[in-house]
Amino acid sequence: MHARRADKHAWRKTKNVLVSAATFLSAVAVVAPLALVFFHLVMNGASSVNWAFFTQLPKPVGVIGGGMANAIVGSLELLALASAIGVPIGVLGGVYLAEYGSARANSTLRFIADVLNGVPSITWGVVVYGLVVLRFKSFSGYAGGLALGLIMVPLILRTTEEVILLVPNGYREAALALGIARWKTIVHVVMKTASKGIITGILLALARIGGETAPLLFTAFGNRFWNHDLAEPIAALPLQVFTYAISPYDDWHRQAWAGALVLVVGIFCVNVLVRILTRERKPSIV
Amino acid sequence: MINLIMPSPDPVVLERRGDAVEASPETEEIALTFQIKNLSVWYGEKRAIETVTMDIPSNAVTSIIGPSGCGKSSFLRCLNRMHELVPRTRMDGTVLLLGQDLYSADVDPAIVRRRIGMVFQKSNPFPTMSIGDNVTIGLRLNGVRDHKFLNERLEKSLRMAALWDEVKDDLHKPGTSLSGGQQQRLCIARALAVEPEVVLMDEPCSALDPIATAKIEELIHELKTQYTIVIVTHNMQQAGRVSDYTAFLYLGKLIEFGPTTKIFTNPSERQTEDYITGRFG
Repeated sequence: MHARRADKHAWRKTKNVLVSAATFLSAVAVVAPLALVFFHLVMNGASSVNWAFFTQLPKPVGVIGGGMANAIVGSLELLALASAIGVPIGVLGGVYLAEYGSARANSTLRFIADVLNGVPSITWGVVVYGLVVLRFKSFSGYAGGLALGLIMVPLILRTTEEVILLVPNGYREAALALGIARWKTIVHVVMKTASKGIITGILLALARIGGETAPLLFTAFGNRFWNHDLAEPIAALPLQVFTYAISPYDDWHRQAWAGALVLVVGIFCVNVLVRILTRERKPSIV
Repeated sequence: MINLIMPSPDPVVLERRGDAVEASPETEEIALTFQIKNLSVWYGEKRAIETVTMDIPSNAVTSIIGPSGCGKSSFLRCLNRMHELVPRTRMDGTVLLLGQDLYSADVDPAIVRRRIGMVFQKSNPFPTMSIGDNVTIGLRLNGVRDHKFLNERLEKSLRMAALWDEVKDDLHKPGTSLSGGQQQRLCIARALAVEPEVVLMDEPCSALDPIATAKIEELIHELKTQYTIVIVTHNMQQAGRVSDYTAFLYLGKLIEFGPTTKIFTNPSERQTEDYITGRFG
C-alpha cells in the first residue's frame, strides 16, 4: 500500500519534469530561429554592408562591389505608395467598423477582412498582374505599390477597429453631450485617444509588407538601374535579395546576405518603435 | 426666439436663456424649463420608462431618486436625447424645452445637447487633452477660434466650477492628472463652457469621497442661480440637501413629484414613504 503510493508520487514527479522540459524546449524552439537567423545574417552579410552598399548601383556580372542603393530607395518608394493606398482605406474602414454600420453587416466585413489577411501574398501579386500589368502592358512601381497596399488594407482595418473599440464609451458620450457633431467626436476625441494604437497598427503593417517578395515578382519586377518613374519597373530590396540569392555568383550571394541583413534590421527597428509606442499607450487609455 | 432647428452659421451664438423664458403660456407662477408628457422609453422589448408626465421648474435643482434600475438615468438621458446613442431604443411622448419640442423631426440632436449640458457618473476628462483644452474643446469643435474669447470662457467656466484657484497654474497639464473630485469639477467646467441653459447630472458624486462630494454639492447650490439643474442620485440624503424638487421613480413609473421638503417629510404616496424611510430600495 505504502510502496504503491510512493511509486505514484515518483511517477508524478517524473511527469512534471518531462512536461516542464518539453515546454522549455518549445520556448527555445520559438526564440532560437530568430537568434540563428540574425547570427547567420550578421556572419554572412555584415562584411558586405558598407558605404558602397547604400550608395552604389549593382555592378554588372563579374565586377566586384557595387550596392543596392536603387533597391533601398525603390523599396521606400513602394512602401510610400502602398501606405498612400493602404493607410486611408484601412483606417477609414476600421473607423467605420467600430463606429458605424449594422452589427450584421459589420461581422460580415470583419470576416472578409480576416479571410483577406490569410490570403497568400503571392495571390495579391497575381491579382494586380491581371488587373494592372496586363492592362497597361508593363511591370511598374504603381503595380507593386498597389499589391503591397492591398495587403495593408485588411491588416490596418482590423487593428484600427480594435483600438477604436478600446476607447471607453464615456469619452464619446462626453463629447456628444457637449453638442459636438458625431464625426468631429470621432476624429478629435475617439481617434485622437486611439492614435498611438492606430499608428502602431500602421507600422506593423509596414513591417509586414516591407519584406514581401512574392507580390512584387510580377508587379514591380525589379530593376538594376535608378528609376523614379513609377510607371516603369522598379527595384525593391527583397526582390534584389531574391535575384542575387538564386544567382550562381559568390559576390552576388554576399550582397544578398547584406540586403537581407539590412531588411531584417529595418523591420527590427520598426518593431522596436512599436514597442516604445505601445508602452506609452497604457496610461493614455485609462 | 430660440434656434433649435439648425446650427446657426456663427456657432458662437449659443442662444441665451433669457430670450425665451416666456415662451410657454402656463408659466405664470413658476417658469418651467422642461414639460414632459407621457414619456415612455423602450430598450428593445424592455420598457424602461412608463408614461411619465412632469414639469421641471427653471432655476431650481430637481432631483430624481429611486432604486437601481428604476429608469432614473434613462429618464435623464431623454432630456438631452443621449439615450438615442443606445442601439434599439424607442421613445414615445413629448419633451418640451422652454416650449419647444426636442423630438420634432427638424431638431438637430447636437443643438439640443449644446443647450443642455451633462455631467456623468464617472468623471471623463479627455485623456489626450490638457486641463485648458478639456474646458474649451466644446467651443473649439463648434467653430470658435478667437483666442481671447476662449481664454475668457476658460477662466469663467473654471471659476464657476470652483476649480480655477486649484488649476490656474497647471492649465497645460493633462486633465487626467487631477484628483477624482477635481476631474469631476473639470467635467462640470467643460459642460458650462458651452453656456448651456440646463445642466443634467447623472450621479455626479457616486464615485467621490465625502469632501469632494461636499464641494460638488456646494457648487450645485451656486449654479442654480443661473442654471436649471436636474440631478439623478441614489443618495437620498444628497437629494434632500441639494434639491428644491424631488421626483421618485419606481420600476419606470413616476410615483411622486413635488417640493423636496414635502416628499421627504410628508409624502402622499405610500411607496414614496417606504422608500424614503428605507423600508425598501
